[in-house]
Amino acid sequence: MRPFTFTRVKDVATAVQEVTGQQNAKFIAGGTNLLDLMKIDVMTPQHLVDITHIALKTIEENKEGGLRLGALATNAATAYHALVETRYPLLSHAILAGATGQLRNMATDGGNLLQRTRCYYFYDTDTPCNKREPGSGCSAIKGYNRDLAILGTSEHCIATHPSDMAVALAALDAKVNVTGKDGDRVIPILEFHRLPGDKPHIDTNLKEDEIITSIDLPAKGFADHYTYIKLRDRASYAFALVSVAIGLEMEGNTVKEARIALGGVAHKPWRLPQAEALLQGKEATKANFTKVAEAYLEGAKGYGDNDFKIELARRAMVRALEQALSMEAAS
Amino acid sequence: MLHINGAEVKLQLAPWTSLLDALREHLHLTGTKKGCDHGQCGACTVLVDGKRINSCLTLAVMQEGKEVTTIEGLAKDGELHPVQQAFIDHDAFQCGYCTPGQICSVIGLVNEGKAKTLDDIRDLMSGNVCRCGAYVNIVKVVQEALERSEAR
Repeated sequence: MRPFTFTRVKDVATAVQEVTGQQNAKFIAGGTNLLDLMKIDVMTPQHLVDITHIALKTIEENKEGGLRLGALATNAATAYHALVETRYPLLSHAILAGATGQLRNMATDGGNLLQRTRCYYFYDTDTPCNKREPGSGCSAIKGYNRDLAILGTSEHCIATHPSDMAVALAALDAKVNVTGKDGDRVIPILEFHRLPGDKPHIDTNLKEDEIITSIDLPAKGFADHYTYIKLRDRASYAFALVSVAIGLEMEGNTVKEARIALGGVAHKPWRLPQAEALLQGKEATKANFTKVAEAYLEGAKGYGDNDFKIELARRAMVRALEQALSMEAAS
Repeated sequence: MLHINGAEVKLQLAPWTSLLDALREHLHLTGTKKGCDHGQCGACTVLVDGKRINSCLTLAVMQEGKEVTTIEGLAKDGELHPVQQAFIDHDAFQCGYCTPGQICSVIGLVNEGKAKTLDDIRDLMSGNVCRCGAYVNIVKVVQEALERSEAR
């Protein structure tokens, strides 16, 4: 690892101060992704600000009747929190579908949203990558791209966002609370991550000097009809080829509201409220589920090795919707 | 100032020193192993405040004030920790390189109290790779450890 300076802060204001105007300063919390990337020279901050001593670890009920997850609550503390388990089992399952026991004990909720892609070329400093080195080119588009994106890609980048937690948060319509030098603001989860476009080196709409302070979950948790399906090459500790988060609100066999978010297919959790609306007021049938799945995948584009993901995602969505409806054991 | 295995140790470290390197290179506690150094293999697993973590993916300076337990800190009064003993009883290792991390991980898993089924055990131990493939017997160790914790 390259040398850097290190400081520890105890409050949000000081944290923001420490990075404001500092070109190469980064916050560190769990460190599970940042230190990993620093060891291989993909990220080379010169100043690290340890934010783990800021009091942002609590998980408590918020004003809207939902839950507020402190940005520094660990993934494990969140997934195993009694209120998350009972009211937001979708989130709990999604978190537990990712990483390992050790990593979940370290990784924080804020950091989870900010983790970088696992595109192999992003990690391989011997190859061009627009995300790692803007303007150098994308090795993945014509390279090995089995794991990579099929939706929302650009000619500059086909990386995916690797988080499982973020996919559940997208389905739940979470809000990300952030603080910067100009004060506080709220970023809806669907606007938090960006598409690559011609600036794939920028993952999110969080500004350089902003810090995530908490994540708000709305009251609606879809605990009666939910599922998180994660399809991957091994059953544990692997990133998703395709994942699907579902929340359904039912009235008899009629869908009152459907939430569908996909992971492993794009630069951000993929959710299309206008396609979800196709199910609103409709019978929960396989035919209707298939229609929505097809709407979700309209415009999907494979790059060779990952062509299979389009059909995989379609089938996974139908299966996930059926599973959420019947609430039979998810896998 | 780090708290390691019940003792306070004063160290002067560069900020980029991982907890793993601090343990092995500075404190000569070489029981904790360096496998991949990227959080993928679990050989470096230690307990911090009773929770299992990858010591390769955290900075030593960030662990100040916390209670770090390594494989060297598990035996008490010359008696092996029950999970250590269970690894011997169940023949749950071959080369032994992953074993210190496996043992700390099992203890962390039991503390978490979430493993109910065999599948849970396998899933919750997926952060510890064993290249000799001693998994079948490692799972037996975990089962025994869970039974023991329930009996308590």
